[in-house]
Parts: sequence; C-alpha cells; structure tokens
Amino acid sequence: MRPFEIVGGDYKAAQSVESIVYNPKLVNFRFVFMLEVSNLACSRGDHRLFAGLSFALHSGQVMQIQGANGSGKTSLLRTLCGFIQPDEGKIAWQGVDVRDLAEDYFARVLYLGHLNAIKDELSALENLRISAGLSGIKLNESDAIAALRRMGLKGRERLPVKVLSQGQRRRVALARLLVSDAVLWILDEPLAALDVNAVALIEELLDEHLAKQGMVIFTTHQPLKVAGVEMRSLSLS
Amino acid sequence: MNKILLLLIMVARRDLVLAMRRRADVLTTLIFFVMVVSLFPLGVGPETDMLRKMAPGVLWVSALLASMLSLGRLFSADYLDGTLEQMLLAPQSLSVLVLGKMAAHWMVSGLPLVLMTPVLGLQFDMPLKAVGVLMLSLLLGTPVLSMIGAIGAALTLGLRGGGVLLSLLVLPLCIPVLIFGTGAVGAVTDGLGYSSHLSLLGALLVLAAVFTPWVAAQALRISME
Repeated sequence: MRPFEIVGGDYKAAQSVESIVYNPKLVNFRFVFMLEVSNLACSRGDHRLFAGLSFALHSGQVMQIQGANGSGKTSLLRTLCGFIQPDEGKIAWQGVDVRDLAEDYFARVLYLGHLNAIKDELSALENLRISAGLSGIKLNESDAIAALRRMGLKGRERLPVKVLSQGQRRRVALARLLVSDAVLWILDEPLAALDVNAVALIEELLDEHLAKQGMVIFTTHQPLKVAGVEMRSLSLS
Repeated sequence: MNKILLLLIMVARRDLVLAMRRRADVLTTLIFFVMVVSLFPLGVGPETDMLRKMAPGVLWVSALLASMLSLGRLFSADYLDGTLEQMLLAPQSLSVLVLGKMAAHWMVSGLPLVLMTPVLGLQFDMPLKAVGVLMLSLLLGTPVLSMIGAIGAALTLGLRGGGVLLSLLVLPLCIPVLIFGTGAVGAVTDGLGYSSHLSLLGALLVLAAVFTPWVAAQALRISME
C-alpha cells in the first residue's frame, strides 16, 4: 500500500528526500513517528518512583501504563509532557531530545490529565474553542458544536460549565480529542467519571486515532478495548 | 509575528471575559484602593497643605497594595483547574501567553485605579496639573507592577500562605517604580520639570515588557514540576 516509509531518524532530516527509505511493497507516503524513552528515572521528593525505564512507541501503537496507586503513572505521563524533568535518561521524538525540540514537540502532543482544564464560568463551546486556540488550532463555531454533540452534549453547548455534571465536564474536556491534530495522545485516567456510552465513544475515538497512525499512551483502572491493534502495556512497580 | 499577536489578544480576551463573569474580584481591588486612599484624610485631619503634599505617595502606595491584592489570582485559577498545564504544552512560546495574562491583569486591576485617580485627588485638594501627572505616572507605572508581580505570582504558585510571601518578594522590586512615580508628581507641584521621571518610568515599562514575560514563564515551569 505504501511506497515510502520514513522511519525514525533525525526529526528535521526525516522531512528531506535523502532519508526516505524506498520500500517496493508499499504504495503510499507516510511519516512514521517515534517516541523513544531510554533509561528514564524519576523521583518525587526523596522517593524514587521508577528507574531504568525504556520503551519505544511508533505510529499506530497504543500503550497502557499499569501500576498500583502511587507507582508513578501520572509522574511518568507528566515527564513525557515535559512538565517534570527526569532525574536520568532521555525522551526523544524522532531521535531528538524533546527538551531541544520544545514547542515543536508540544505541537505534536495532546495531554489530558486528572484536571479537566475547563473554566466553570465559560460555556462548553467557549471552553473548547479557547483550548483549541491555545493548541494553535483555529476552530470555528460549527465545528466546535459538532464536536460537542458527538461527545453527547447536545443542547448543553452554551450552558456555563458549572451547571454540568462531573461526567459532562469530562466530556467537554474529552471533546479536545476530536478537534486536535496532535499525533501523540497522553491520557491520564480518561475514563474517570464517564458512563458506559462515553467509554464506548472513547474506544471509538482511540480506534480512529490509531487508524490515522496516531499514538496513544494512557492509564486507566477500567477495562478499555482497542480494536485492530495490539495493546502494549508497561507495568510500574 | 501576526500569529503571536493574535494569540496574545486571545489570551488577554479570555482573561477579560473571565474577569467580567467574576466581577466581584475586580470590584474588591478597586474598592480596596478607594478605601485605603480615603482613610488618610480621615486619619491625618483636614490640613490641606499636608494632604496636598502626601497625596502622590498615598495614592501610589495604595495602588501598589491594591495590585498585590489581585496578584495571587493571576495564575492560581489556571493552576488549580489544569489550564496552566495546557498552556505549558502550547505549541507557541509560553512568554507570549504570560504577556497576554499580564495585559489582562493590568486592564482589570491597574487601569480602573488610574481612572479613579482624579476623583480621589479631589479629596487631597490636588491641583489639576498634579492630578494629570499622577494619572500619567500611574498609567506608565501600574503595568510594571503587574509585570513584576507576575514573576512573584509564578514563583509562589501552589504554596500555602503564598500571598504574604508574594508581597515580600514583589514589594521591594517595586520601589523604583514608586520613587519615579511619586517623584514626577512631587516635581510638578514644586514647579520643576517632570518629564525625566516619566521617561524613566517609561524605560522601566519597556524593560519590564521585554524581560518579565520570559522570567515569569521560566518561573511557571519551575513551579509546575
């Protein structure tokens, strides 16, 4: 199906012709993104959470981080986002340290943490448009409404978020997944406070994202099925 | 360049919309300023000569305290609801976002004080020209207070009792602004030229506008760890 495959290598050079590997079996053109974590160590205060952690994630792959409460799942995700500097080790995107890429890397990442990052005083629509604006996406009103409707918030688009329930607020936050053009989704407990229908919807979104050669790293304590791809898992202990 | 400007306006507009929906926060700063300034004539007594001499200092110190009052809220709401994490992950420079927030903070907490000044000047029997210069000096100086304050607010983010620490950090740094601000009004009442004071305030404003967003952005990254 695809004539060219660009695998790993230098982030800048990967966009030049020289680095394209010709592969006669393939027919289309695609970028393969790669996140590489090598020998990562992280501690909070004096407590070492994990050390010597290494893995690589490619386009179209999904990874679940598992571990007991306090084993460092959130810290690992926050380290991957660059909020926490690792004690040791390196996180590389397309072979380049993410600290050197900075904003070029952030543009590829969508992070959804425990906190919804939505304002009580603003409506769901305003919240979604502003958070899209912060990620550098210009989102018009009809697209934003369509995204919120798909999240099951029909008729509540213009209500202030403070009158919505906890699950509905989470849906407003999750609507960002629909409007984002990020490659790497980092989701911390995306299913918290969601009902069965919403969980099914999230599974659908993950499938779509992975089919578009996206990457997902997430944590959850609830079962989450992703069709079509093998779910990799990483255990922190 | 244009994109950066648009982002700056977007962030500032967002903060202004939020401030308008939480009007109580805006009003408390302004009422605090009016009350502190009004206490002085009541406490000191109605000697117009003394009041006239005190006026610039009283108004400037009150403006300084009023701006401290609202600084704690500059980043804390965004920190608590997770928006700050998203700002750190924004594909644009964090400094631009911080500058946008500073601008909105000034429009909400600094600009109303400037506009209130003529009314308060009356209480101190200030001459019209002195009121004009005082307004100019506040117009140039209060943005600097917001910008320097933002560094303190970023550093004390998430700390318990951060408010007091914030004042201790920021107030000493605001001394130059206070000196040139009151100096300009003092000069005009003494019949001297005031342009040098205002030029220095303008220079401080330019300097702060260039450096403080970057410093505050770094401070935010440290505080978020």
